[in-house]
Amino acid sequence: MMRAWQMLLLIAALLPVPAAAQEAAVRYGSGPVPFLIRSTTDNSVIQPVMERFAELNPDLTITYEQWGSNALFARSRADCRDGSPPADAVLSSAVQQMVWLVNAACAQPHRSPATVVLPPSRRWRDELWGITTEPAVIVYNKRLLDGADVPRSRFALLDALRAKPGLYRGRIATYDIAASGLGYLFAYSDSLEATTFGALMEGFARVDAVATCCSAEIIAGVAEGRFLIAYNVLGSYVANASAPEVGTILPEDYTLVLSRAFMIPKHAAQRGASAELLDFLLSAEAQEMLVKAGLVAVIEETGSGLTASARRYIPLSPSLLVALDANRRALLLKFWSDTFGQGATP
Amino acid sequence: MAEPRPPLTLAARVLGAVLLILLLGGVLVSGSAWLNGQQAARQAYDRILLGAARDIAESVRVQEGVPAADLPVSAFQLLAQAPDDRIYYAVHGPGQAFITGVDPESEVQVPPPGSGGPDYFEAPLNGEPARFVRITRRFAERSFSGPVEVVVGQTLRARKAMTSDLMLDALLPMAVAGLALMAMAWLVIRTALRPLEDITDDLARRDPYDLTPIATGRLPRELQVVLGAMNRFMGRLDTQVEAMRNLISDTAHQLRTPVAAMRVQAETAVAEPGEAARRRALERLLARTRSLGRLLDQLLSRALVAHRTDSAPRRPVDLREVALEIMERDDHALLAPGSDLRLEIGEDPVMVLADAFSLGEAAGNLLGNALRHGTPPVAIGAEQRGREAILWVRDAGPGPAPAVTEQLGSRFNRSAGTQENSTGIGLSIVASVAAAFGGRVEMANEDSGFRAALVLPAAEEKP
Repeated sequence: MMRAWQMLLLIAALLPVPAAAQEAAVRYGSGPVPFLIRSTTDNSVIQPVMERFAELNPDLTITYEQWGSNALFARSRADCRDGSPPADAVLSSAVQQMVWLVNAACAQPHRSPATVVLPPSRRWRDELWGITTEPAVIVYNKRLLDGADVPRSRFALLDALRAKPGLYRGRIATYDIAASGLGYLFAYSDSLEATTFGALMEGFARVDAVATCCSAEIIAGVAEGRFLIAYNVLGSYVANASAPEVGTILPEDYTLVLSRAFMIPKHAAQRGASAELLDFLLSAEAQEMLVKAGLVAVIEETGSGLTASARRYIPLSPSLLVALDANRRALLLKFWSDTFGQGATP
Repeated sequence: MAEPRPPLTLAARVLGAVLLILLLGGVLVSGSAWLNGQQAARQAYDRILLGAARDIAESVRVQEGVPAADLPVSAFQLLAQAPDDRIYYAVHGPGQAFITGVDPESEVQVPPPGSGGPDYFEAPLNGEPARFVRITRRFAERSFSGPVEVVVGQTLRARKAMTSDLMLDALLPMAVAGLALMAMAWLVIRTALRPLEDITDDLARRDPYDLTPIATGRLPRELQVVLGAMNRFMGRLDTQVEAMRNLISDTAHQLRTPVAAMRVQAETAVAEPGEAARRRALERLLARTRSLGRLLDQLLSRALVAHRTDSAPRRPVDLREVALEIMERDDHALLAPGSDLRLEIGEDPVMVLADAFSLGEAAGNLLGNALRHGTPPVAIGAEQRGREAILWVRDAGPGPAPAVTEQLGSRFNRSAGTQENSTGIGLSIVASVAAAFGGRVEMANEDSGFRAALVLPAAEEKP
């Protein structure tokens, strides 16, 4: 009985979408050498970077497969275990899954001048590298919320929820952490950072906040005015949504910063090209393009006055294994569903 | 068919030995540093493992009869002290029922439970060597009772890095010290061997005919001994060479005149028509020949004495026996037939440290001179006077001319008119014997006549 329940949780944690394949595949270049990238990043966002890389490497035919993070994890894990040919490179925003893969010896190392200068929080074992810089932000509807009401920190948000529960009822959105790997990662990181997390969840529950799955839906809701505020939205999605009504806030108490992780699977056929892609992604040219794509936020220049100590990078370290732990996940989901009521659990 | 190697220099040998010792020491120290480093790294990271395992065990809660681990991030931050190492953890309930773990699909083989304390073990983790700890927490709740086992493991990169760091930290000063020792050893060896090198240089530069002593000043004692022996040897060689040269030149000089005289007399004898005159000439020739024979004897005797005084070992000799032996030889009978010869010796032995043969030659010469040139009766004797042992010969005459006495000890008497007269050579033999054994020659006119004596230091009485 007990074990069956645990196994169920485990399967929910580790193999949630076993059969789902990629969502889309795009081809770059037409060289003789096939090169396969699996990524969770929208192709439309990363397209300029990939085009440039294809231009620099005319011998490659790059297949860019866009995956959901859980499906990508399941696939990479399966490839690692049964030895079937893996992708040549994997780029995922679900960094805890990437850390798990590296911990399970599913990656291979690479060292180059470009990787060596990465800070320790963006590099693990020389097998996993953080490519992007994307803050988790609070977004709000500029039209409906005037300057004074814009919460600059979690405390301000909490106060606002307490002060005007009527205004915010049903108009706060956040990720459904059971459905979204990214939402879970942010919630998990929040739970480590501060006790505000619990208070915030309770506050959200009080005003019947909406937990939903997808960034696009959340941002669209804010832009339309269905939601006044959305919490813990990945900044890059906002930047790419081209919604002028949507304002972003880097919370001043602390801002989580995610770095999409790049990995070269152990048995990758084109490891040389993978290493080249990695070095290219870390090069000044590609980083510049990623800034334009919104994947590298230049936080210093936003004028938000965010102090360095308020930036919390989600480090690529074995501590992230805790985020994937079945028991831990079950506890967090339980807390979540207890707080949010029936609306949140899948 | 190996090419014989040139012999190593002393400095190279000593330096090689020092280097070998240092290298051996270095190997030993490296080994011990490595072991120490390994032990230190193992202890440090085993504690981290244990701390993480305890944290995880502590986090296990029983809720509704089911144990579940609320994994503490602190445990993983602890494990992340080894930042590049892979992590393994697994929590099992009774009967190895899986509670949680990094990967339920690949579990590490855990050895059978030990004493119940933390069990450390090593096993591969995803193909990489790793070290694990297993601890057991026992629950006794109403709804759940039994052991919960926590296994935490980590690959060994950080341990290896720490081991090599510690080893390098220990070895670097050792290497520096080793180099310093080597340099000091080199300096010390060079300093110590410099005198030897100086001697080597001196010998290498030296003329092979140069037998002068090598300077021994400011040398270490051992070398002084060696060098002293060598100098003594060279000195003896020098003396011998000198003596040989003298012998040859003496012989040539001494023989030229008698041989010329003999030729003249032989020619006279041949040319003489009268029987009586020829006979006289032949008799003179015979006398000359005899005299020449004596001269040759003495030259030979002197050469022998010169050689023996230099090389024969000093032995205790009783001068009375020397005198007795001379008496018993029949040489004097040939020199002066029918002469009156007396022996004057006492009861007590007169001991010296010398070479009996040389003393005999000297005494023989003294006696010969007395018989030939002195006035009978001639007496020979030995006596001890204080610390001096004396071997003497006395005759009743007035002694030789003062000029002869003055020239005593010179090698030969070139100016002496008596060409075949061997007195000069005889006296020079006596003088060189006296000099060789640390004595002197005394000549004195006494009441009873002329006395020539060989005075030597008396030997210590041996019991």
